Amino acid sequence: MKKVGVLSLQGDFAAHGAALERAGAAPVYVRERAQLGEIDGLILPGGESTTMLKLLRYENLLDDLAEFGRRKPMFGTCAGAILMARGVTHPAQESLGLMDIVVERNAYGRQLDSRVVELNPSPEFEKRTAPGKLEAVFIRAPIIRGAGARVRVLAEYAGDAVLVEQGRHLVATFHPELTSDARVHSLFLEKL
Amino acid sequence: MFQFSSEQFRLKVGLAEMLKGGVIMDVTNAEQAKIAEDAGASAVMALERVPSDIRKEGGVARMANIEIMEAIMKTVNIPVMAKARIGHFMEARILEALGVDFIDESEVLTPADEEHHIDKIDFKVPFVCGARNLGEALRRIGEGAAMIRTKGEAGSGNIVEAVRHIRTIVREMKQLTVLGAEELSAAAKNLQAPLELVEWVARNGKLPVPNFSAGGIATPADAALVMQLGAEAVFVGSGIFKSSDPANRANAIVMAAKNYNNPEKLLEASRSLGAAMPGLEISKIPEGELLQTRGW
Repeated sequence: MKKVGVLSLQGDFAAHGAALERAGAAPVYVRERAQLGEIDGLILPGGESTTMLKLLRYENLLDDLAEFGRRKPMFGTCAGAILMARGVTHPAQESLGLMDIVVERNAYGRQLDSRVVELNPSPEFEKRTAPGKLEAVFIRAPIIRGAGARVRVLAEYAGDAVLVEQGRHLVATFHPELTSDARVHSLFLEKL
Repeated sequence: MFQFSSEQFRLKVGLAEMLKGGVIMDVTNAEQAKIAEDAGASAVMALERVPSDIRKEGGVARMANIEIMEAIMKTVNIPVMAKARIGHFMEARILEALGVDFIDESEVLTPADEEHHIDKIDFKVPFVCGARNLGEALRRIGEGAAMIRTKGEAGSGNIVEAVRHIRTIVREMKQLTVLGAEELSAAAKNLQAPLELVEWVARNGKLPVPNFSAGGIATPADAALVMQLGAEAVFVGSGIFKSSDPANRANAIVMAAKNYNNPEKLLEASRSLGAAMPGLEISKIPEGELLQTRGW
């Protein structure tokens, strides 16, 4: 069985672990560099991107993650999406540059602007997983403000791409790990 | 009526989930908030005086000054929490109107109601509440709290009460998991907690909301200790800005929260920190001045 890592420095890594189990995979909670060698793909969870960046820098893990992403699939949600982007605004901060997207942090506003919505995913998403609406939980979420030609949109909300893929990588600005629908995690497992 | 599955409750608990593994730091102005964010805090708690000063100066401690909270909200991009007095639902409504990301209905402030806590279900903003045992935690969750933290003894710089509270909550949860279904009603009666929440804990062995620790954390070792005992994140009140080198200590406690399982890294985080905040022996605090006995 393929082994999927969940970066477990800070944030909702336990929720991703439970979501992976629902999708039929066993999670590896990655806290140290050496664990990157044991896994076939890595999830960057939600949480505070500034906290995760601080911890990644302190433990000299940034280059290892970027290198991992050049060989293996990665899936980022919310803060994880911010870390995987090519560019970050509001305010600008360092990122891994694995996805050709520019992301604005906290773009919907504060917690009172957090929301649960139902999305109509693209026909392609439904074909590769299963048909049906997709529940999306946005919490102090970022918005993808720009995307390169190689980025494919799998779901939109209010005109903005919220679930996108580029080659082996997948990014959601919402939290599929906080719903019982395992399709987004299943889609990631297909990439391994 | 309380519902786990309601959209609003899921959004509240969702933000609490995002704060796991992190450190939430008390700050009293925008400059401190910036230091906290730069050190890797996952959220800040805006208040007028840190608990050790409230303890020293006495008087009535209320919700913070609006201008201070606004300045902090403008300065940092991480979530901003603020404290309301126990039972003071109008302070809470004002904080909600201000747009803070989380409200702490806190025993650190002077209680406004000695009988009733805030009915938190109807608020759109999530609440965190303190607890000393499982019954208290479940009563607060029943009222709509989306996060529980140990009360510990705020402003004491002494970890002993936070340890007592996290151990009590974890032990009482474990005990529920071995009870038969017919025993849960009596357990709910003894805990003075809603039966449906007691049943949930008995089935799952944990709280239905994130379980954090607060009240006396002053060193990286303290943070690691409460996380070893089952806390999923920590609040640091006076411990940072009452120490001799706040930026460095803030940083070290963030590292400790991530590395609570790794003594070598904890050793690294514990080096060159300067002096911790002065601590208080709990038995030397007059009973009437204990903060943890506020609320029920």
